[in-house]
Amino acid sequence: MGRNTTLLWNGLIPENPIFRLALSMCPAVAVTTTVANGFFLGVAVIFVQVMSSATVSIFKKLIHPRIRIPAYVLVIATWVSVIDMVLPVVSLETYKNVELFVKLIVVFAIIISRLELFASKEPFVPSVVDGFGMGVGFTFGLCLTGAIRELLGSGTLLAGTRYVIDLAANPFLVSLGVQPLLVMILPAGGFFVIGFIMATFNWVEYKITGKIPASGGGH
Amino acid sequence: MRTTAVLGLLVLLCAVAVGSAFGAVTTGSASFKGDKGIELTFSVPVDDAWAKKPENLVVYEKPDPDIRISPASIAVAPNRTKVTLTFKDALNTAGEYVVEAKDVSSEGKVVGSTEFLVKKGHFQVLFGLFLGASLIANYVFTKFLGLCIFFGVSQKKDTAVGMGATFTLVMVLSAVFCWALFTYVLTPLHLDFLQIIVFIGTVAIFVQFADTVLRKVNPYLFKKLGVYLVLIVTNCIILAVPLENVLKKHGAAESLIFALGAGLGFALALFLMACVREKLEVCRVPAVFKGLPIAFVVAGLFALAFLGFSGLVIF
Repeated sequence: MGRNTTLLWNGLIPENPIFRLALSMCPAVAVTTTVANGFFLGVAVIFVQVMSSATVSIFKKLIHPRIRIPAYVLVIATWVSVIDMVLPVVSLETYKNVELFVKLIVVFAIIISRLELFASKEPFVPSVVDGFGMGVGFTFGLCLTGAIRELLGSGTLLAGTRYVIDLAANPFLVSLGVQPLLVMILPAGGFFVIGFIMATFNWVEYKITGKIPASGGGH
Repeated sequence: MRTTAVLGLLVLLCAVAVGSAFGAVTTGSASFKGDKGIELTFSVPVDDAWAKKPENLVVYEKPDPDIRISPASIAVAPNRTKVTLTFKDALNTAGEYVVEAKDVSSEGKVVGSTEFLVKKGHFQVLFGLFLGASLIANYVFTKFLGLCIFFGVSQKKDTAVGMGATFTLVMVLSAVFCWALFTYVLTPLHLDFLQIIVFIGTVAIFVQFADTVLRKVNPYLFKKLGVYLVLIVTNCIILAVPLENVLKKHGAAESLIFALGAGLGFALALFLMACVREKLEVCRVPAVFKGLPIAFVVAGLFALAFLGFSGLVIF
């Protein structure tokens, strides 16, 4: 595998921002009541992460180390302002569901930590690839959590899009008396699902490497 | 003839005088009852038949006199001075409503019209905001903001308390300052779109301030909090509160109380979680659940418990 492929894969599974690094948990729990919401926010994060990584890696020689954090925050805030103006035009309805979180991308720890750990030291192309990989990993985490919560909580998949699959209306399941679990779309469900997915990731790693990984730092 | 005319005039004058005297006493008071009802208190007993006619009582929100709201049901108390209007949808209890009572009829006589102004006291509105931000819509357990610090600093009770206090202080200061900046600088200059950048800058200044003060005043706590003190900048709550203040058009006092409620709610969540996690240290947790996964499940249980606060209305 070339270096760029490794970087992409790294963001998707081994250093998945949500389940392994445990960064930016807030949106992961809050907007994942449906897959569509999670995907929408995920795309916004990919955009902001790629653009900020690119900007910082271009200007890294100009940013004095002592003021680097404020500089990074300003770079991120600028790109968030841009995407915040673009998204309502794309889909006003979905934007309204995740509006607060689009503005809050500024404070997502994953973005600033990638700038600090990677983009501020590496050349342009790997920085962009790393940013893209992390963004895709984040989107993957949101979609996986969203899919589980939506399927169990409201019995649908991809609701709000034109490809909606509605299991709750399936005559076979209804005749069996299967009902959606309301708790899954309640706030508590988000915590439960993420806790169990994290445990599953740990379990898979235990099966492959034979040791329990140290749990994420938690910020 | 002349005597009759004078007498007639006198009777008429008396009637007008009595009528206007009655008209003066049909005033009363009005208040919200729950979030779907308005209770009117008249100074004279009113007639059932009059009160039950919806067209006699006109209700509207003070800013929009043209949009009439009709009550779903009207109930008159046994002593007939209290009339309760119930509406199908919840009222905006933070706003002001006007109830016009036309041709109030008491003991079969019309005693004049009157107007009621229904609004909550300033204190009630503020208290409602405080409860809403701290318990009913607790930022951690119902809106999932600030999870990074929540899971990071909740391992020990004393650090949790220190973090809660520092966080509340920074939150209140920055929320009020952000509100002032938005109202007196950004809005007059039509620079609303810069709010994200300006707010995060303000928050960063106050975090730096807290960092400097704490380093001198309480070096022990400063060391315990470590990197999380600086990470307050990247805590979602601290940016979400000023943004919500702007979104919901809060005033200065409301912004302050809202930030205080959100900060104390966060401190409460942090403390509760720290209590449980100290106990978890000595429990036998399945190996793959150790650390964060079990913390998430515990937070889920707390979130379920906090659902019990929804629908809490004190006034």
